[in-house]
Amino acid sequence: MNAPADALVVRDMTVARGGVPVLAGLSFRLDPGRVLILRGPNGSGKTTLLRTLAGLQPAMAGTMSQPAEAIAYGAHADGLKAVLTVEENLRFWASVYGTDAVEAAISGFNLTGLRSRAAGNLSAGQKRRLGLARLLVTGRPIWLLDEPTVSLDTASVALFADAVRAHVAAGGSALIATHIDLGLEAEVFDVTPYKAQAATDPAAGGSFDEAFL
Amino acid sequence: MIALLIRDLRLSVRAGGGFGLGLAFFLIVTVLVPFGVGPEEAILAPIAPGILWVGALLACLLSLDRIFQLDYEDGSLDLLATAPLPMEGAVVMKAVAHWLTTGLPLVLAAPVFGALLNMPPEGFLWIMGSLALGTPALSMIGAFGAALTVGLKRGGLLLSLLVLPLYIPTLIFGAEAASRGMAGFEAGTPMLMVAGITLGSLALLPFAAAAALRINLR
Amino acid sequence: MDHVRVKQKRDGWNWLWAWANPVKFMELSGRALPWCVGIAVVTLAVGLIWGFFFTPEAARFGSSVKIIYVHVPTAMMAINIWVMMLVASLIWLIRRHHVSALAAKAAALVGVAMTLAALITGAVWGQPMWGTWWAWDPRLTSFLVLFLFYLGYMALWAAIEDPDTAADLTSVLAIVGSVFALLSRYAVNFWNQGLHQGASLSLDKEENVSDVYWQPLVICLVGFTALFVVLLLVRTRTEVRKRRLHALEMRERMADA
Repeated sequence: MNAPADALVVRDMTVARGGVPVLAGLSFRLDPGRVLILRGPNGSGKTTLLRTLAGLQPAMAGTMSQPAEAIAYGAHADGLKAVLTVEENLRFWASVYGTDAVEAAISGFNLTGLRSRAAGNLSAGQKRRLGLARLLVTGRPIWLLDEPTVSLDTASVALFADAVRAHVAAGGSALIATHIDLGLEAEVFDVTPYKAQAATDPAAGGSFDEAFL
Repeated sequence: MIALLIRDLRLSVRAGGGFGLGLAFFLIVTVLVPFGVGPEEAILAPIAPGILWVGALLACLLSLDRIFQLDYEDGSLDLLATAPLPMEGAVVMKAVAHWLTTGLPLVLAAPVFGALLNMPPEGFLWIMGSLALGTPALSMIGAFGAALTVGLKRGGLLLSLLVLPLYIPTLIFGAEAASRGMAGFEAGTPMLMVAGITLGSLALLPFAAAAALRINLR
Repeated sequence: MDHVRVKQKRDGWNWLWAWANPVKFMELSGRALPWCVGIAVVTLAVGLIWGFFFTPEAARFGSSVKIIYVHVPTAMMAINIWVMMLVASLIWLIRRHHVSALAAKAAALVGVAMTLAALITGAVWGQPMWGTWWAWDPRLTSFLVLFLFYLGYMALWAAIEDPDTAADLTSVLAIVGSVFALLSRYAVNFWNQGLHQGASLSLDKEENVSDVYWQPLVICLVGFTALFVVLLLVRTRTEVRKRRLHALEMRERMADA
């Protein structure tokens, strides 16, 4: 599993929010079986970086290489449908991703007792657990997680850490933006030094306003 | 893709308002027109196909902003965009779900409402046929409009302003087909035009709508 | 960036793409503007004065015919401006030239004004001619539909905050809208055969406007085109300046952060 083709490799990447570069010159790699923790103050561009890696927005510069169809993205919002039950929510994503891991996901995040409850009736922490259980049903090896532990209690954080550990042990990897200590064996990547400086070279203008200066 | 269709149908059934609201709106429009123009059968019958078409169009418009807005707000659209499902396919499925919950009930209810407007029974088949051929185009064009405005706070009014001009050709040919058929004239040409618009919209607009969604998610 | 490389390959077109660089655009348009203003003023003055005061009154039409010198040019510009917006939108989507997107945005308001002018002059002319201000004639209806398309396009520009997103989405709308506008034109023709005479300017028709009216009309057409170019340049320059201001504000905000 250690072939470079299985790794997420980012080279010299610049990511932008609303046409303004926020992080520049990012280079790192995430090998299978590893966890990388993203750190940085609020507004430093962690979410933007994750969205770029997930393919939701184009990078302004730089390249990334990744195995095909490998990434599962877990955003701030869980994308749950309030009127569907816990099980129906998971079954939907399972069939979108073409997997059959619903039972494992339900038991993995301790949702068994809640399985036929409508997602709208769950507490914030329970919703979050359901959102994280979605990652298990995707069957994807690389997890990109944005603040996954928001509104989780200590026991649920431990549950989440266990899930990540099991995922990593099975050859998966995870890139997690978080502020708390998950108790995972992980490298830490601090984005603070990569904060983009205002470009002074007008020729650098691609899809942003520098061309006008 | 079928999973998305099933989920959307389930959502609109459970959340309420999806099925019934459009139909109720259609009924109200149909009932209001005689109050406005008078109860004479001689006036109502000839304009019935047009009223039914305009009513169907407005009822369709009513639920357009729900196509993507809710998924955008709760984050499922982000997750769908990163899922192994082509955005174009998701757009088509959403449009189909919209048609099944809005367009199809209108098609089925059209004869009843036609009878309210003193429409002669010969016209029932024509109005149902033209609506059945035309309303899928309304859903698809509407999905494109909804994709354009999904990121906006108060997109509803703008959505109407964008979508209604795009509805004009469908409305013209659809209403023309129904009224010609009802009056016993040759209605093949407008009928074929409606079918053509529907097929063309289904073939091309998913790409435009998916492009608009990707731009909005950036 | 990719398009820079592409640009260098097409040497023959460099004179055109030079306008795509905002800085270059400001310089070139600044120099071209006085000339365009001159041409517009001269041609419009000559064309309109000649048309209004030195053409004979038509036997059937009376003096009302003279509104042709505003009606026909504005109507033509209304359509041509939409086509120009479509081309500019395509250039933006394919080559990502900001000036192109801003020019499309700038053209829309001129286009809507031209459409409105064509509709109003048409109504004023139609009243004595057909005895009604408005008829659901295919040509009139088509222009009304075009007016609605312009409104939707401008509303979309106004509603979206991020300038690049707005440019992308309005470009997509311009393309889809063009297809449906064309479709509406045929639908409307099918729906109602109308009162309006055919195109008065086609050269092969017998009912063509006679020479006395024709010559000032051509000058007016040139004049309105020049007027459009002037307004387009002025408005695009304003948009470029607004973008520059926006860029400066963004940079300042970044420096603060």
